[in-house]
Amino acid sequence: MSNATETGAAAPPLLSLRNINMTFGGVRALKNVSFEVMPGEVHCLAGENGCGKSTLIKVITGVYKPAAGAEIAFDGETVPHMTPGIAQSLGIKVIWQDLALFPEMTVAENIAFQTLSGARPRFVSYPKIRRIAEEALARLGVKLDVDRPLKDFAIAQRQIVAIARALVGEARIVFMDEPTASLTQAETDHLLSIVHTLSASGVAVVFVSHRLAEVLEISSRLTVLRDGNLVGVYPVAGMTQSRVTELMTGRTFDQNVRARDVSKNPVVLSVKGLSRPGEFSDISFELRRGETLGVTGLLGSGRTELALTLFGMRQAASGTVTLEGVPAYFSSNREAIAAGIAYLSEDRLALGLNQPQSIADNLVQASLDSILSGGLISSEKKRSLVARWIADLGVKIGKQEDAICTLSGGNQQRVAIAKWLATNPKVLILDAPTVGVDVGARAGIFEIVARLAEAGLAIILISDEVPEVYFNADRVIHMEKGRIAGWHDPRSTTLKDMEAAVYA
Amino acid sequence: MRKLFLSHTTEYVLLIVIAVISIYLSFAADRFFTLGNAFDLLNISAVNIIFAVGLLVVLIAGGIDISFAVAASVVQYVAVLLLERIGGGGWISGLVVAAGIGVALGAVNAFLVHRFRIISIVATIATFNVYFGLLMFFTKGVSIYNLPDWLTTRVIVYEREMADGTWAEITLPVVVMMVCVLVTWLFITRTTTGRQLYAFGDNPEGARRFGINIGAMQFIAFGWLGLMAGIAGLMQAHYAQEVVPNALYGCELDVLAAVVLGGARLGGGKGSVFGCVLGVLLVSITQNGLNLMGVSPFAFKMIVGAIILVAITLSSARLGNLLPAFAKTAKTEGANR
Repeated sequence: MSNATETGAAAPPLLSLRNINMTFGGVRALKNVSFEVMPGEVHCLAGENGCGKSTLIKVITGVYKPAAGAEIAFDGETVPHMTPGIAQSLGIKVIWQDLALFPEMTVAENIAFQTLSGARPRFVSYPKIRRIAEEALARLGVKLDVDRPLKDFAIAQRQIVAIARALVGEARIVFMDEPTASLTQAETDHLLSIVHTLSASGVAVVFVSHRLAEVLEISSRLTVLRDGNLVGVYPVAGMTQSRVTELMTGRTFDQNVRARDVSKNPVVLSVKGLSRPGEFSDISFELRRGETLGVTGLLGSGRTELALTLFGMRQAASGTVTLEGVPAYFSSNREAIAAGIAYLSEDRLALGLNQPQSIADNLVQASLDSILSGGLISSEKKRSLVARWIADLGVKIGKQEDAICTLSGGNQQRVAIAKWLATNPKVLILDAPTVGVDVGARAGIFEIVARLAEAGLAIILISDEVPEVYFNADRVIHMEKGRIAGWHDPRSTTLKDMEAAVYA
Repeated sequence: MRKLFLSHTTEYVLLIVIAVISIYLSFAADRFFTLGNAFDLLNISAVNIIFAVGLLVVLIAGGIDISFAVAASVVQYVAVLLLERIGGGGWISGLVVAAGIGVALGAVNAFLVHRFRIISIVATIATFNVYFGLLMFFTKGVSIYNLPDWLTTRVIVYEREMADGTWAEITLPVVVMMVCVLVTWLFITRTTTGRQLYAFGDNPEGARRFGINIGAMQFIAFGWLGLMAGIAGLMQAHYAQEVVPNALYGCELDVLAAVVLGGARLGGGKGSVFGCVLGVLLVSITQNGLNLMGVSPFAFKMIVGAIILVAITLSSARLGNLLPAFAKTAKTEGANR
């Protein structure tokens, strides 16, 4: 199973795990998993959401305690009871997927938090903390005001802070759980070059990412997990994206351009010269029945602001919007929903779904009027509405009453889409619908999108991942600094050309 | 300067509100703007400020405590009885005993919160009732007037005769209060443990993943409040020259309001000692001013409540909405720095 033999007289692994079992409330999240990382290697941990990657990282760092029989060894020494404190002292660093930062504290304190941790009280030296933070940021080639509280910064900058934090102090192995999720291409490239530097200086890096191109570019070995089981360990040389996808999901996917000609269909939404100072200007397009219009561009290009304006949550300064020939001016999103516009928010965790609430309650949230009976919510109507959409979108659930947070990312997103479909929209805006959704489930989401378009729904698909709009939209708008920088037709252009245009 | 303003908005707003109220009161009541009255204010506020900096630490760590005031009453009783048993004691033994009992009562709260995962508001409402119930049961509501001499003798640290022949005095509780304020400030801003309390209150899971001992955080936070409550209890007994079982009953909510007014967040991770002192002072100054103006004491609560509401509205994060031009340019400049 291990490919360590290919290095000849194999060096002992830096980290080795055997017999890792982990159970959460009857669900086995990890089944007999073993995992090995060599000193200085870049190792990719791949698998769909919910396959146990993050759980494995938490076991390695002592956040979770695995079932009896587990063996964890670091640098040849067995660690019988791993704790987060021991992991810190061994030089095991993590960039957590949820970042695990401290929003009220300054950037400097967040980055240099290691110097603040430890049970023995010491006096704090703020100049030292500031220096550590600035050095770590300099290594990343980023400048941030380290004296401001973290909460002042956007998610992409917070991610950089989380990365910088992992570079502080004596690292032996760095786990990066989706470190590039909200970075621009330039920032990602910078991070990847840092990974190379770390690896060259003998620090092992374990990389977790949904972006398979990134993974194949950077890592030398690949460990694949599926449903909590170890699928295998493979050398990356000779691997293709589709092969990795196949290993992760156990199925094969082919990607074809889905674009169709919809120019004969009637116009549903027409936008002319829409502007909002500081956000976007002079946006004009027509969206037809059954069309999927892709909107792409980097973070900050005005995509989300445009979507929020169409959804009535902000008001345009000039320009017109007509919905089925009727002028549409919304002073709130309630009016937009009533008029038939639905918006799937880009931040599902914080805004899109109410995590502790049940699947059923989340699903009916935007369409409560339709399940009223004599002014009160009819549990019968609610149940049947939920059951219909669950079946229609193929959401895998236990009970309707289960909390939404028990579902995987892909299934949560299906519920979020169902929530909006239940409002009977004419236009569905999907803002980054695959963030935090793994490859297999992404395909499922786009199946749904294609089916909805086929049934006549007009869809605006916003994504910063060019391949997503390339393969799934009929036409693509590319936005840059708040303006439409270009139109692309996937049928007459290649993915390469389109990526070159957007990332230029 | 702008940066300093933005990072301490609450404190500045409180200072401005206090200044405005003080200016008004100095016109409305002759005696308000005198050294004697300023010292009186400090003497009156000392106990509440000691409570407040203790409570601040618990709020920063993401908890809340309702029981500290009645815990201080328990401390007064037990300490006085205990000291009598050992022959009267003195300031040093008194402080040690009071602090020790206070810490022990705080540790009970920490134990309930940490060991049984009871959310702190519920745990401390329960201990509030238990402490007060035990106190009333065993004392049968009887006060102690016969305190040791050292405790009832007024200790004047600084005094000055005023033009009208009255004496302006600073008494021991003010000095103790200043020490408590300074030590708490040092603790939460200049020690790693203090910063860990902020981190823990801000993002408990993030702190846990960094290997921070969650249990220790709870015991330190509630222990610190217990320590302050013990000291404050002794100071209140000294100031009042008697121990009355329900003397402090009810003051927990005043202190809580003042601390939140000072910028501490009920969710944890936020708050400063300076803001907290200003919060208590704002309430005291208002009450003091109303008193001097001869306003009916029955109206105090109403007016103090209204001022708390106004100050909180002004100092909340929405300040930017109230002062668009200035605050916005300042913000972008801060970002470019």
